[in-house]
Amino acid sequence: MLEIKNLHVNVEGKEILKGIDLSIKTGEVHAIMGPNGSGKSTLAQVLAGRSEYQVTKGEVIFDGKNLLKLSPEDRAREGIFLAFQYPVEIPGVSNVNLLKTAINEIRKYNGEEELDAMEFMAHLKKKMKLVEMDQSLLSRSVNDGFSGGEKKKNEILQMAVLEPRLAILDETDSGLDIDALRIVANGVNKLKSPERSTIVVTHYQRLLNYIVPDFVHVLYNGRIVKSGTKELALELEAKGYDWLKEQKEFA
Amino acid sequence: MSSPLDIKNWYIKSFESFESSLNGESSMPFHLVRKEAIEKFSQLSFPTTHDEDWRFTNIAPLLKYNFEPSSKVNAAFHQIKNYIFEISKKNVLVFINGYFSHELSKIERSKDGIILDSLSNQLENGSQVVNRHLGKYAKHSEQIFTALSTAFTRDGAFVYVPDNKIIEEPIQILFITSTGGKNILSQPRNLYVTGKNAQVSIVERYLSLDEGIYFTNVVTEIYAGENSTIDHIKLQEENLNAFHISRTEVDQEKGSSFNSYSFSFGGEIARHDINTRFNDEGGESSLNGLFLLTGNQLYDTHSLIDHAKPNCTSHEKYKGILDDTSHGVFNGKVIVRRDAQKTNAFQENKNIILSNGALINTKPQLEIFADDVKCSHGATIGQLDADAMFYLKSRGIGEENAKSILIHAFASDVIRTIKIEEVKKYLEEVLVKRFNK
Repeated sequence: MLEIKNLHVNVEGKEILKGIDLSIKTGEVHAIMGPNGSGKSTLAQVLAGRSEYQVTKGEVIFDGKNLLKLSPEDRAREGIFLAFQYPVEIPGVSNVNLLKTAINEIRKYNGEEELDAMEFMAHLKKKMKLVEMDQSLLSRSVNDGFSGGEKKKNEILQMAVLEPRLAILDETDSGLDIDALRIVANGVNKLKSPERSTIVVTHYQRLLNYIVPDFVHVLYNGRIVKSGTKELALELEAKGYDWLKEQKEFA
Repeated sequence: MSSPLDIKNWYIKSFESFESSLNGESSMPFHLVRKEAIEKFSQLSFPTTHDEDWRFTNIAPLLKYNFEPSSKVNAAFHQIKNYIFEISKKNVLVFINGYFSHELSKIERSKDGIILDSLSNQLENGSQVVNRHLGKYAKHSEQIFTALSTAFTRDGAFVYVPDNKIIEEPIQILFITSTGGKNILSQPRNLYVTGKNAQVSIVERYLSLDEGIYFTNVVTEIYAGENSTIDHIKLQEENLNAFHISRTEVDQEKGSSFNSYSFSFGGEIARHDINTRFNDEGGESSLNGLFLLTGNQLYDTHSLIDHAKPNCTSHEKYKGILDDTSHGVFNGKVIVRRDAQKTNAFQENKNIILSNGALINTKPQLEIFADDVKCSHGATIGQLDADAMFYLKSRGIGEENAKSILIHAFASDVIRTIKIEEVKKYLEEVLVKRFNK
C-alpha cells in the first residue's frame, strides 16, 4: 500500500529525514518510535503534504500513485488521514460543518454520491459511539476550548467518519491520561480492518499496550536504525533510547 | 475635466432649480435650514487626503462627475420584491432614487401614535417631532457632505416610536437606485426617534437596479429616548460603480441602548461615519461592522463614541476582509470626557488580507480625560491562518472551500450578533458568494 524509498526531507534548510525506507502492506499496523527530534513527526507531516517540509530526494508511492505530487487535500481524498499531535483550533467553524464538508469532498473525488444531512447525521452518530464522544462537542467550534483529551478524541472521531485507508497517528498518546488513552486506543482498534493500515508514531511504549503493532521501527537522527516486531517496543521501554545510541555508535 | 471647485459650483447652481421644485414646501420653517446649509456648503471645501479625517480616503474619483440631483421615478414591484425580507410584511418603506414610493411601500395604518412615513410628508404636514429633531444632531456646519444633504433635504425615512411602545416586527427600509443611464445624486435623509422605554429594530438596505454610476449621500439622525432600545442594521449593497457617503448620527438619552450593525459590500468608494453621544448616564452602545472588499473598492469606517456622561458602556467590533487591490480604512475615535467616570469602552478592529495588493489603514484613537475608566482597543491585520488551512486540507477539503470556511469563521462573530435570523442567513450567503470565485 505504501512504499517509502530513500526519503530525504529538509525543514528550513536543515536535513531532518536522511533516507527513510519503509514498506507497509494493507491491513498492517506499524509503530514508529524514537526519541524527541528524531524526525517522527516530520515523517508524519510529510506524508500528509505539509508544504514547509521540503522533499529533496526519494519517493513515496501510495497505491501505485506518486504521493509527493498530490496536494494535501488530494492525499486525504485518496485515503490518507493524519491525526495531528497538536490539533488546530478553528473558532467559528463547527465540528459538524467540517466533517460534513470533508466527507462530501472525499466522496465527490471518488465518484460517490454526496451524503445529505440525514444520511450524514446517521453515519456520524454511529461513529461517535466508537470514541465515546459527547454530542455537545459536535456543534462547538473545531477544537476550540477542548481539553487535551477531547482534542485527541476528536481526531479519532474524524478518522472514524472519514474512513481512511491509511491512518497516521502522530503522538496521539501525548498529553492523555490513562482513561482518555484507553478510549482513544479502543476507537483506533475498532476501526482496524484488513483494508486499513495504520502508522502509530509515538515516543512511549505505553500506547502499544493498547494498539498492538505488527511491526516496530525505531527512528533515530533521521534514519530507521532498527525494525522488529512488537517485542522491540518492550525492549526499548526496558533499556531506553540510550541503548540504541550506544549500539549505533558501536556500529 | 471638472475641478472640485467646478463641482461645488455645480451643486450650488443645482440648488436653485431644486428650490423652485419645492413649491409650497419652501415656505415651511425647515427651508431656512436648507438655505443656511447651502450657504455653509459654499464656504466648505471637499476634503482631500491632506485633511486628517480623509487622509487615506481619496475621493477625487467622486468629484469627476456632475451628479444631477435625482427626480422622482417609478419602479415596478417585481423589480424590487426580492430585496424585501420575509420578516416583515407590514413595515416596509421603499425609496426609489431617494424618493418615497407610496405604491411599493407597505405600512400598517399608524396606531398607538407610532409613525412610519416619508420625511417629505412629515415636512409638508409641519410635524413637531421632525422640527424638534431634524438637523439637530448631524450638524451641517462641520462637514461638507452633511451640508449638501441638508441643503437638498427632500425625502427619506421617518420613524417615530412614542413612549412605552414596542414595534415587534422589524422595519425594513429599502433605498433603491435606478439610474436610467444618468449620473444621479440621491440623498435620502432619515430620522428615527424613540420615546421613553420604546423599542424598535430598523433594517436599511442600499441597492441598485442597474450598473450605472451614481452617488448616494445619506444622513441618518437617530434620537434614542430614555431607556429605549434601537437596533439599526445597515446593508450597503450598492453596485460596484457607485459612490456611497453616509453619516449616522446618534444621540442617546439616559439608560438607552443603541446597537448598530453595519455591513458594507458595494460601491467603488464608500464611507460610513457613525457617531454616537451619551447625553446622560447608563447608556449602552454597541457598534458592529463587517466589510467585504474585492477588486478596486475603497471603504472607510469612521466611528466616534462620545462618552460625555458617566456610567456608560460602548463596545465596538469591526471586521474587514480585503481581496485583490481593495483598500480599507478604519478609524475608531473614543472620547471619554472629564466627568465620564466609570466609563467602559472597548474597541476591536480585525482585518484579513487575502492578496498582496490589498491594503488596510486602521487607527484607534482614544482620548481619555476621566481617571476611573476601563478602556481597551485592539487592531489586527493578518492573513488566513496557515495551520488552519493545512488542517482543513488534510481532511480532504479543497483550497477554495477551505478558504471560504475560514473567511466565514472570521466574519461569523459579527454576523452572529444580529438578532434577525433571516438577515443573518442572507449575510452568510453573501459571504459565501463573494469569495467563491
